Parts: sequence; structure tokens; C-alpha cells
Amino acid sequence: MKKGQKLTRRQALKWMGLSAAGAALAACATPPATAPVAPAESKPADQPKPSGGKLEIFSWWTNGGEADGLNAMFEVFRAKNPGVDIVNATVAGGAGTNAKAVLQTRLAGGQPPDSWQVHAGRETLSYVNAGQLEPLTEFFTEQGFDKVMPQFLLDQLKINGEIWTVPVNIHRSNVLWYNPKVLEQAGIEPKFPTLDSLWAALEKLKAAGNVTPIAVGGKDKFEASHTFESILLATFGVEDYVKLWDGTDTMWNDPRAAEALGNLKKLFSYANSDRSALGWADAMTQVLEGKAAMTIMGDWAHGLGISKGLKVNVDYGWTPAPGSDAFMWLSDSFGLAKGAPNPAQAKAWLEVCGSREGQDAFNPKKGSIPARTDPDLTKYDDYLKAAIADFSSKPLVPSAAHGAGTTNAYQAKFHNTLEVFSSDLDEKAALDSLKEAAADNNK
Amino acid sequence: MTIARATTARREHVHRRATSRDRLIAFLMLLPSLAAIAIFVYGFIAYTGYISLTNYTTSRPDLTFVGFDNYAQLFNQRRFQENVRNLIVFTAFFLVTCLLFGLFLALLVDSRVKGESIFRSIYLFPMAVSFIVTGVAWRWLFTPGDLEPTGLNLLFERMGLDILKARWIADARVWPNIEVPGLKVRLWVPLAMIPVVAAAVWQMSGFCMAMYLAGLRGIPEEIKEAARVDGCSELQVLRHITLPLLRPITLSAIIVLTHISLKTFDLIMTMTGGGPGNKTEVPSLYMYELRFSQFNTAGAAAVATILLLMVSVLIVPYLLYNRRAQSVER
Repeated sequence: MKKGQKLTRRQALKWMGLSAAGAALAACATPPATAPVAPAESKPADQPKPSGGKLEIFSWWTNGGEADGLNAMFEVFRAKNPGVDIVNATVAGGAGTNAKAVLQTRLAGGQPPDSWQVHAGRETLSYVNAGQLEPLTEFFTEQGFDKVMPQFLLDQLKINGEIWTVPVNIHRSNVLWYNPKVLEQAGIEPKFPTLDSLWAALEKLKAAGNVTPIAVGGKDKFEASHTFESILLATFGVEDYVKLWDGTDTMWNDPRAAEALGNLKKLFSYANSDRSALGWADAMTQVLEGKAAMTIMGDWAHGLGISKGLKVNVDYGWTPAPGSDAFMWLSDSFGLAKGAPNPAQAKAWLEVCGSREGQDAFNPKKGSIPARTDPDLTKYDDYLKAAIADFSSKPLVPSAAHGAGTTNAYQAKFHNTLEVFSSDLDEKAALDSLKEAAADNNK
Repeated sequence: MTIARATTARREHVHRRATSRDRLIAFLMLLPSLAAIAIFVYGFIAYTGYISLTNYTTSRPDLTFVGFDNYAQLFNQRRFQENVRNLIVFTAFFLVTCLLFGLFLALLVDSRVKGESIFRSIYLFPMAVSFIVTGVAWRWLFTPGDLEPTGLNLLFERMGLDILKARWIADARVWPNIEVPGLKVRLWVPLAMIPVVAAAVWQMSGFCMAMYLAGLRGIPEEIKEAARVDGCSELQVLRHITLPLLRPITLSAIIVLTHISLKTFDLIMTMTGGGPGNKTEVPSLYMYELRFSQFNTAGAAAVATILLLMVSVLIVPYLLYNRRAQSVER
């Protein structure tokens, strides 16, 4: 009995220690009060120039040119709206996966930032459906954005008849990057108007046998689907390609869908087989170093070339991805949060996002082109100039791998299906799961 | 005699009163943390379970009750079936290899070598490294490098051991690839899982060694000595004395390692990201994608609940067993 009681006392002490530790842990578990939920300084939304107050901008632009571009845009904002305190809420991580996760928890908790980064187009649908964004169609007319952005783009921005976000930049997804020396040695002209011209070139390179004909990544999960959307465009043509992403599965039942998967399989047969272990940047680096002849990647690959001190059209070349010279776009954009703590400041921010000055400050640094057709060309390098010209002259089609044509849910399944296809090469399974996922383009 | 008994009784009485006051104070001290744990742990677990039964499958919160629909959907998916297969394969391989390796190291270190503590530290050291670091480093080691070999393949090439070169984490094959009617997944071992297991074993076998070492030190030398006197060989001593006495340690190690492996996320996320083609994806990775890429909160909650059930199937019997063992001791 006595012994037992002694034990109890010792245990009590132990428990006290434990409880203190537990309380400390619990304190850690409570969400840190970082995100300043600025007590809504409710200024009427129509007041044009807010002086003072706060503005919280949420994005995943944390490194290199992206962060520089964002800061340049902040400078433009500060010059126009002195006294507004900008809270730059960035969450690091490529393609914004981490940022989206943080944003989701904030939205679920009813603490939205005033304005957040989202891929323009169908990716905004989930926020629209959840009632987390304000429509901006009227704002576009007020600001005259509808007159300086291509009609193709405005049409594809519309969801449920409204525009919801202001695009600040445009990236091109369907670009084939090549190593000029390698192609020259193999006697290949870097123009691929049809898929057949691509197959001929790849066959030649394979026969020569000294380089990988086409480098494809997979580590970042979007490389296979990225390559596939260019193949889809080539197989379906501009009009029917756009219909792939309208939220129905009619086009996936078209025999061309299976044909496109067959084409991708053929492309993979000329590619490196360690795709799942390489990132897109590794694939592009192989092209830059002459170990691979070409790769299909968005024009952020151009940024990689610049960062390695190489010159476009000299050390590496580009041409539209095979089979179509349409311009496949994706765009970063900002929306206005429903229930934004600082709506007036947020609108002033969106004004900067859509303005010529703001876009010309941001894009040369980010390495993308403005969503407007009237940029100051002197600020852009040779590749970007060519892209600007194509953007206002070629048909525009939305990128699926980067959210212009797909919702978050569809995009995730699209990536995974193609990643699995890249290793299994099972056309039937891939087609089935693409059809099944198509319904997700409505949620 | 009587006086003595009375004094003892009074002392006991005083003692009991003191302890009951102690107990009250202890309970009051516990209360805040109890409340915090009730809300932040058990409350949220219950809420997660509830969400998994609702229609909260898009970004719009929709708490309509749908029963076990989300679970049915999950188990019908080839992807989730693959996840479960991968998790079972990972856990089984990791557990067995880790235990054997840990025991082996412990026996080596226990054999009274010179500089024992240095060896102990060396073997234990990988545990100090974060799984993220392990994942990134081993990813490089196990990247096949088709154009120019890297990591292990480079090493093998330099040593003239080309025969050992393999596809490692890029190997999408499942061996022996058995089809089972009714299942959408092929069994058994996804080859890309083996490098992942290797990295996990590298990290955790030191921990296993430490546990076994403690166990070995707890075995009285006399028993072994007696066996030796009776003519047992060292192998027999190991087989009939050491190993049986280490059984409780093995049990604890199994519990700790299995719950680590069931919850594993960081190592696989950094090392393979679930690739190639979901061959190394485990439910925790899928849960992350469901919630944060597909915005399917209810689906993610269902995965979380399934994982919790898997862990508790393991932990609860262990806790009960421990309780019984303790009360027997008392």
C-alpha cells in the first residue's frame, strides 16, 4: 500500500511535468496569428484613391525574377497610392502548390487576403463556385481593360458569363526549345509544322545516336501533361482543342483522343526513360548542354537559359511546338476577395495589375509578356518581342496543364494520369481516367 | 504493540489525506492541458471523421451527410488501391530490414569492441538528420541518369560493376506483377519502392540498434554464463537466451517503426514524389493532393481516418498489453 502511494506521488510529479509540456505543445498548435486580419477600414468601394490603410497581396512569387517583378509592381502601386501599407504574403514553392494549401486554410477559416494570385481562366472556377471572389466584368469596362486585351483571351477568361481576375502576364506553353548545334549537325531544319515533320527529325536523331532526341521530365509532375497538351493541340486543331476543356467529355470520346495518346507514346519512345527522376529544368539543361536535341516546355525555360548566361537564337533556339502555331497561353492573375478587409486598396491594386505601367514593370523582370497588346517593346528581349507579336496575331488557346483550361481538381488528375501514362504507357487506362476526370472541370 | 499499531494507523491516515489533496492539485494542474488536448487532438479527430462522411468534395463547404460514399469511392479507385499496396510493401520491407539491421548492429557494438561509443554514435547519427534531407540526398544517389550516370550508377560504372546498375527510383515495374480478380491494382512489389526502403532503413536502423543495445545490456550476464557452462555454443546462447529475452524490445520497436512508416510523408515526398506513375505513392501523399490540389476535403478526411484506423489497430492492442503487463508487475 505504502509503496503504491509513493509511486502515485512520483507519478503525479511526472504527470505535472507532462501536463506543462502538453500545454506548451497546445500553445504551439494554435494557429499563429501572423495573417493580420486588418480590422476592415471600411472605405466605400467606389472611392478611387485610398490614402493609407493596408493591402494584403498573396502570391507564390518568392524567388529571382518573380519576386523582383512583384516588387516593381509594388513600387508602381506605392507611387500611385502613397501611405498604403502593403503586406506581401508570399508562400514559397514552385507552381504554387504550397501557397494554394495555405490559401485554402485561410479561405476555409474566413480570413481571405485582399487579393491572391491564381492562374487566370478555369482554375478560378473553384473560388467562384465557393463564392470567394467578386466579379470584375464591370471593373474591366471601367478601366478599359476590355479594349486592350485580345478578345480570345477575354472570352476564355469568362466563367458563368463574368470575368473574375485581372491577368498580369502571359506565358506561352507550347514552345519547343532546341539546341541549334545539335540540329545543324544532324541536318535538321528547326521547323515542325506537322507532327510528321517532328517524327522524321526524331528518327534522324535517334539513328545518329549521340544525343537524346527529345528530353522530357516528370519529377515536377506536370512535364508529361505539359507535353501532352501540345500534342493534343496538334491532333485536335485549334477549335476542337478548346472544346476539350468545356466541362463535358464529348471530345474525349472522339477517336482523336486515343490518337493523341498514341502520338505521345510515340514521342516518349524517342525520349529519355528516366523521366520520373528528372525535372523540367533538368530536361532543359540537357538541351542547353547539347546532351539532348529538344524539349517541349513553357517559356519560363527561356528564363533558365538567361540565368545560365546563354543567348536565345544563338545558344538555344525556339519554335512553336509541332503541329500548330497557335499560341497556348497561361496567365497569372489577381482577383478581388469577397469580403476583402480592404476593398478600396484591393481595387487600386487590380488597377495597377491591369495597367500598362504595372505590366511593363512586372513582365520584363519575370520573363513573361503583358496580357495587354500595347506594351513598351523596348523593355523586352528578342524572345519576348516575338512572343508579344504572336500573342496579338495568332489564335489563342488555353493551357490545360497550367489552369487556363482546367479547374484545380481536373488539373491534379490530368497531371497524375499523364504521369502514370509516362511510366505505364497504358493508353486505355489513361483515356478512361481522362474521361472520368472531365466531370471535375465543373467544380 | 497496540500503541505501535495505532501510530501506524494514524500515520497512514495522514498519509492518505495528503495524497488525496496531492491528487486534487495534480488533477487541477492537468486540467488545462487535458482541455487543450480534448479540443485540439480528439475534437479535431472527431471533426475529421465527421467531414469524411459529408459531401465536402469541392471548395464549397457542403456538410450534407453522405454516409460512407467517400470511402467506397476511395476503395474503388485504382490509385488508392495502389497506395495501400505501396504502404503495405513499404512497411513490411522497412520493418523487417530495420529490425534485422538494428539487431545486427547492436550485437556488433555489444561485443565489447574498442571505441564502442564511437560506433554507437556513428550508427545512431543518421537519426539526427531530417527525413527531408535523407530524401533529397538519396534521391540523387538513386537517380539512374540515362544520359550521364549519377549517384550509385556512376559509382558502379567507375568500379566496373556495370552489372549492378539499375533503374532505381525510375523503375516503374511491379514484380512479380500478379493480377487479382476484383482488384484494380497489380501485386506485389513496386521496384521503385526498394530504394525508398533503403533510405528509410539507413535513417532508422540506428534507432533500432539503440533500442536493442539497451535490451542487451539488460540481460544478466549470469544467465548467459550459466548457459555457456552448460555447454551452449555462442550461437545457441543467442538463439535460446538473448533473442527470447529481447522479445519485449522487438515488440516496442515494431510499434514505433510501424507507426512511423504508416505515417510516412516527407521522405517519399522528397525522394520520389510518389512517382514513377504512383508506384511509390502512399495514402498520406494522396491525402495531401486530395485536399490541397483537388480541394476534395471529404476525400482527404476519409484517407486520414483510414490511416488513423490502421495505426490504432496496431497501437491499441499494444497499449492494452502494456497496461496488463504493468498491473501484473504492481
